[in-house]
Amino acid sequence: MDLFEYQGKQYFARFDIPVSPGGIADTVEEAVVQAAAAGYPVVVKAQVQVGGRGKAGGIKLANNEDEVRLHAANILGMDIKGHLVERVWVEYASDIAEEYYASFTLDRAAKKHLLMLSVEGGIEIEAVAETNPDAILLRHIDPVDGITLEWARQAAIDARMPAQSVEGVASILVKLYRCFTEGDCDLAEINPLILKPTGEIHALDAKVSLDNNAEFRHPEWAEYRETEVLDERELLAREKGLQYIGLQGSVGIIANGAGLAMSTLDVVNQVGGSAANFLDIGGGANADLMSAALEVINYDQSVKSILINIFGGITRGEEVAKGIVEALNRVSLRAPIVIRLDGTNAEEGRQILLSAGIPESVLQSKPTMLEAARAAVAIANAN
Amino acid sequence: MAIFVDQNTKVIVQGLTGGQGKYHGLRNRAYGTQVVGGVTPGKGGLDVEGIPVFDSVADAVGATGADASFIAVPPKAASAAILEAAAAGVRFVVCITEGIPAQDEARVYNTLLRDFPGTRLLGPNCPGIISPGKCNIGITAGEIAELPSASGPNVGIVSRSGTLTYQALYELKQRGIGVSTCVGIGGDPVPGTNFIDCLSQFQADPETHAIIMIGEIGGSAEEEAAEFIKANVTKPMSAYIAGVTAPAGKKMGHAGAIVSGGKGTAQGKMDALAAAGVRIGLNPTEAGDLMAEIVASLR
Repeated sequence: MDLFEYQGKQYFARFDIPVSPGGIADTVEEAVVQAAAAGYPVVVKAQVQVGGRGKAGGIKLANNEDEVRLHAANILGMDIKGHLVERVWVEYASDIAEEYYASFTLDRAAKKHLLMLSVEGGIEIEAVAETNPDAILLRHIDPVDGITLEWARQAAIDARMPAQSVEGVASILVKLYRCFTEGDCDLAEINPLILKPTGEIHALDAKVSLDNNAEFRHPEWAEYRETEVLDERELLAREKGLQYIGLQGSVGIIANGAGLAMSTLDVVNQVGGSAANFLDIGGGANADLMSAALEVINYDQSVKSILINIFGGITRGEEVAKGIVEALNRVSLRAPIVIRLDGTNAEEGRQILLSAGIPESVLQSKPTMLEAARAAVAIANAN
Repeated sequence: MAIFVDQNTKVIVQGLTGGQGKYHGLRNRAYGTQVVGGVTPGKGGLDVEGIPVFDSVADAVGATGADASFIAVPPKAASAAILEAAAAGVRFVVCITEGIPAQDEARVYNTLLRDFPGTRLLGPNCPGIISPGKCNIGITAGEIAELPSASGPNVGIVSRSGTLTYQALYELKQRGIGVSTCVGIGGDPVPGTNFIDCLSQFQADPETHAIIMIGEIGGSAEEEAAEFIKANVTKPMSAYIAGVTAPAGKKMGHAGAIVSGGKGTAQGKMDALAAAGVRIGLNPTEAGDLMAEIVASLR
């Protein structure tokens, strides 16, 4: 789950990482109140989860109330690369002497934590990596050991931080690492990390991506869920506990297992169709989950056929079949189903579907993934 | 021969008294696997359909001589369960648990590396391992695995995705091709066992004559495997990579499956493997067809 900048800053503050005083506003009036509280001059910043906000006119300096009104009115409701701006973050405008970059993430290849630290901040780190790779310090951390202040100090020196910044950067690195590990982040990034003319080091932006698997030990994440950007289909799926991603095509997909679901998308594409979604009902999918999955698919107006691709491991064929029969009793599906059922108790499942007497115009069964995909695509393309 | 597990492997099930542990533990036993014990703290002395339950892994290993463990406990308890098995001297640990936080996985992986080099972890979030006719640990339906033939050729399978592992087994079964061992390494960001670990074992195993590899988008494990194959694997291979049509920036179910910054794409992985001499199928059935051609040429 990706956080907005203001949420990232609030998360940073939990770990004592210094950020600018500021507040969130979803109206012009609220922005004026927040500006007064932060103290002028302020920066009005669009809250969207996409890069290049500044270039798009989504970040503006305001020296007084009139300017806050002007900029907040312009930015609220703005469309930045397809992202609607619903909120602005208004914070005290810091004076900047230098801009740096710092992040912690997991290096999957090395299976260690990775610090990236650079004296070149304020621009995208990918651009620095291309034009001046020597300006980025990459340093692995054994997750069992973690880091110490001494280690962080050395990293700052090795990244060629100026002497006056070393202590402040090291102190923030230790806090940022705590945020990354104890805070269960996939990514904790500060860009830019600034040196103020007064000598303090300070996080001017926050990019935080949280590990969904750790949600069980972070009740405080509930508020982030409320503002998450999802389309209506994705919201409905989440309520039902399903792994769903909305796409643009016309064949609704239900599969068990992420790999099989991805593969189903690929095969549909290869036989000339396009998937309306990715939906993994996961292991142990029972009748309730299957009917919930069909309800979510049915909600999508662009779906012309539904391809159910199940290979049983934990998932049992008879449970899947019962789920489909039950769902057909509960909801009237707008599109016909093509199913391919194999693996654990697949034969029992096929028997249940057969003996339910469902007409072929509503449900047909195919023996292989390819044949099922061809049939589903033929229906979708004919409608 | 087979890799990692065979008819002599003795397995305990951590979480045998839970729903998943009981269901799959008993299925594994019914397949012929030596399931010699179970572990549930506080339930030592009980039994599950004749399988004795112990309070700790150390007790279970002491009483049964088990050398492998099957972990089927919830995400909160999984990290501790893995380390408990390692500390008790278990050689091969299979963890099917889905949803373990990445920070925990990274710590467990590096703890094993440092303190328990004699323990190999398979998973987490994996379907397990089957050496057909000998040993099945995990959630694979044993009947979809074709037995290896004494005269060969037999195929080894290694896969990142659970259901695609079954699909690969099924493709070979349809064609009557024997399987030496099928390993599901799991789709999480920090798998205990990776492609290269399995490929090097298959290369060394005299009963494995060809290898199928099933990868997916995200990370660089397939690219690293391609480098390894180029330098070390002489047995013929086919492969399939899932996620050609996956959009960038979206996690496709698996925590590991995400295309970010143009990296980890299916095309890049297919190109790397093809350059290492691996024959690439555009779907699981095509990878199976290619393997049938390979096997025919070996006969």
